[in-house]
Amino acid sequence: MTLTESQQLAYVAAQAADARVNLQFETDDGMTLNIGPQHPATHGTLRIIVRLDGEQVVRAEPYPGYMHRGYEKLCEVRTYPQVTTLVNRIDWLGSFANEVPFILAAEKLMDIEAPPRAQVIRTILFELSRMANVSLFLGDLGIQLGGITIGFYAFRDREFVLNQIESATGGRFHPNFDRIGGLKDDLPKGWIAETKRCMERMRTFCDQFETLVLGNEIFQARTRGIGVIPPDVARSYGLTGANIRGSGVDWDLRRDSVPPGLSYDKADWKVHTHPDGDSFARTWVRLQEVRESTLIVDQLLDAIPSGPVMAKVPRIIKVPEGEAYVATENPLGEMGYYVVSKGDLVPFRVKIRSASFNNISIVPWVTRGVFVPDMVTILASLYFILGDIDR
Amino acid sequence: MPMLLAIELAYWQETAIKVAVMAVLVPTTALILGIVFLFKMMSWMQSRMGPQEAGPRGLLQLLADGVKFLQKEDIIPDAADRFVFKAAPIVVLVSTFLTYVVVPAGPDLVIENLPTGIFFAMAVSSLSVIGVLMAGWASSNKYALMGGLRAAGQLIAYELPLVLAVTGVVIQVGSLSMQDIVWAQATGEIFGWGGIGLPLILTQILAFFVFMAAVQAELAQPPFDMPIAETEVVGGYHIEYTGFRFLFFFLGEFATAFAFAAIAATLFLGGWYVPGIPPDSVWANVVGPIALFVKIMFVSFLIFWFRFTYPRFREDQLQTFAWKYLIPLSLVNITVTGIVVVAF
Amino acid sequence: MPKVPGMVKGLGVTFKTMVDTLKPSGGPVTVPYPHVKEEPTARARGVIALHEDNCTACMLCSRECPDWCIYIEAHKTLAPPRRAGGKPRQVNALDRFAIDYSLCMYCGICVEVCPFDALFWSPEYEFSEVRIADLLHEKERLGEWMQTVPEFEPYEAGSEAKPKKVPAYDPR
Repeated sequence: MTLTESQQLAYVAAQAADARVNLQFETDDGMTLNIGPQHPATHGTLRIIVRLDGEQVVRAEPYPGYMHRGYEKLCEVRTYPQVTTLVNRIDWLGSFANEVPFILAAEKLMDIEAPPRAQVIRTILFELSRMANVSLFLGDLGIQLGGITIGFYAFRDREFVLNQIESATGGRFHPNFDRIGGLKDDLPKGWIAETKRCMERMRTFCDQFETLVLGNEIFQARTRGIGVIPPDVARSYGLTGANIRGSGVDWDLRRDSVPPGLSYDKADWKVHTHPDGDSFARTWVRLQEVRESTLIVDQLLDAIPSGPVMAKVPRIIKVPEGEAYVATENPLGEMGYYVVSKGDLVPFRVKIRSASFNNISIVPWVTRGVFVPDMVTILASLYFILGDIDR
Repeated sequence: MPMLLAIELAYWQETAIKVAVMAVLVPTTALILGIVFLFKMMSWMQSRMGPQEAGPRGLLQLLADGVKFLQKEDIIPDAADRFVFKAAPIVVLVSTFLTYVVVPAGPDLVIENLPTGIFFAMAVSSLSVIGVLMAGWASSNKYALMGGLRAAGQLIAYELPLVLAVTGVVIQVGSLSMQDIVWAQATGEIFGWGGIGLPLILTQILAFFVFMAAVQAELAQPPFDMPIAETEVVGGYHIEYTGFRFLFFFLGEFATAFAFAAIAATLFLGGWYVPGIPPDSVWANVVGPIALFVKIMFVSFLIFWFRFTYPRFREDQLQTFAWKYLIPLSLVNITVTGIVVVAF
Repeated sequence: MPKVPGMVKGLGVTFKTMVDTLKPSGGPVTVPYPHVKEEPTARARGVIALHEDNCTACMLCSRECPDWCIYIEAHKTLAPPRRAGGKPRQVNALDRFAIDYSLCMYCGICVEVCPFDALFWSPEYEFSEVRIADLLHEKERLGEWMQTVPEFEPYEAGSEAKPKKVPAYDPR
């Protein structure tokens, strides 16, 4: 294989950058540990370079970028309907939630509103993807702490949620179901009843998790007081989602500034916060969130209005000139799309604000002086998805 | 042994038979534990069905895995200390083999009835620390070193409650011999009623609890599996081992689990003694191994049940648990047992 | 009543699950895959089937595909007139229609944009190949998938959408 000159230059530059990072960490005395890019605790290819004094962390630096796929740039050469298939892959555990903010931004630019039925179904699917995502987080936290059984329970019960997503959208992981002006299709017959059964199942899972993990004294000893993030620090690092709610900040985009196109106001629910700000608090908040999500879905399933699921939208979508930023409360935190349009078939620029990137930015701060096992706990409780970090 | 075979054997013949029995017994026990608990019970506890393909209902899966390990390339890291790296798994395995020597499976079925049996078992079981430390050091890997040091600290810390828990039993029985301990339980009486003998778990329940916790830590099973915690140190001291060397560690782990379960069954549950069968009859030699096996399976079930349910401790919490709770508890147990034995 | 420690309750959860798995009424949630297969839902996006008669080689699917994995070649030809005595119609005859499943993202945009209902989703998922080049399905293979396409499901109450019809499979 022959490389062009520019490719060679880029390769040399990358090598040099890598060497610089290594040098910077190898010349100090003490032990440097490369956690990742392939390490079970980073669930993916996050590289964290840790300076250790014994087993105590002196300094930890995350080096993301091993899974960079260039979605912001790819979006500039895809038409608006094609973008949803790409952004599905950002946070791959809650894919449907990735499509929604982009579609809402496009709808805002085009000044279209989805019909009420589509809005409600969209919200239901949004919450289902939240459940699929967060329930796996709960299981993964158990795996990280050594209790593998709860991980299997999470995989087992998430499957029921995925089945519901699949039977409505056709895709288990990459639904690609949201469209500008509504949804691709209506729900199949019997879906509502089946989803209600699934919600029962999820609530049982939450109870099991509470008994098996949250109530376990070993788990509490491992997480309580570990990785404490005070509210002001959480704000200054731009944490969002359950991480900031675990620090006691009452902040939820679903309630505070829900963009038009999602109907959270039709359900009666509340935002859970925990004052402690430690790993336990974050886990607790996430568990309550899954519970609350099942309740939201249950209420919305009863409130689906009849009507079409697609507004009148031109067949060839050209978005008028302008720019819009729409953010929603995704499973991992605030996810926003800043879309600039020049009136073309393709967006001129898409800036993706994904939650995990900001959430791991606090790792150097919060892991100072902790032990390696605690670092694993903190990483697991901060909860990141590699695709969401690197995009 | 001579009574059973009714022929006098030369010393070397007897030794050869014993070695052959051990060589078959130890891997078999590891296989049994692996299949019954690691594969089947764990699957059931996780709503799965477990391996299904190899053999009837997947019962030969572990054998297939073992063959797979044998086929794998034997990789030794460049920077490794080659001799120590190769020796480490053997040291671990030797300690496992030696532990089996003193466990009686019947009135006459014992490899070597040492008068200091339980003391010998405790001593050789702690040999594995050296093997683990050798593996961690020789691998020339940071994770392996961390895992090895964690293992060494943990195994040494938990040797103490293990021995102290056994001391309670020894004081009550008045002998270090494993056979004597079983006989004492078989001939014991609960307030004058000798129907089931006197399983020492009734009087030494505290020691049993301490012993089980310490065994869990000795075996490096969750909730005490930091030495091999794969999400922290990625397998710890056996991170660099492949193929049959890894198989040695695996065999060592499960065979040791079986051995410790056997010791626990002998010390606390009456060993090979079955209520209703006089311990001095020939039948005890036939039923004994079966009874011991059933009791071992029960104890192993406990060990693995904890393993599949709990998350793991942190290294310092583990030390705290050992020094602040288990050791004082076992000391209290020894004191109480001593006073009671002397007073009555 | 004293509180039961969480560790003991946790043991109860795993033990109960084991009993549930072993009970005939419960059973494991997994199935041994090659022997027992789970039925995907009717909407599941497994593989794309082509009903060749409906295709007019309009190239819409090929253009809308986000990773451009659909290859279409066609030539113009004259078809016999619809009514007796009419002029012959000019139509596109399909020479090649291929989907490269090693590139396909299974997004379903091609099925959605097809104006003549020539493409359908089939939930069939067992078409893995040893060689990656064999994942390029030509129109004959895509046509064969038509026999696995299920009927469209009826919609949930309150819907205004009408289920479409799946054309009958005609083997060539």
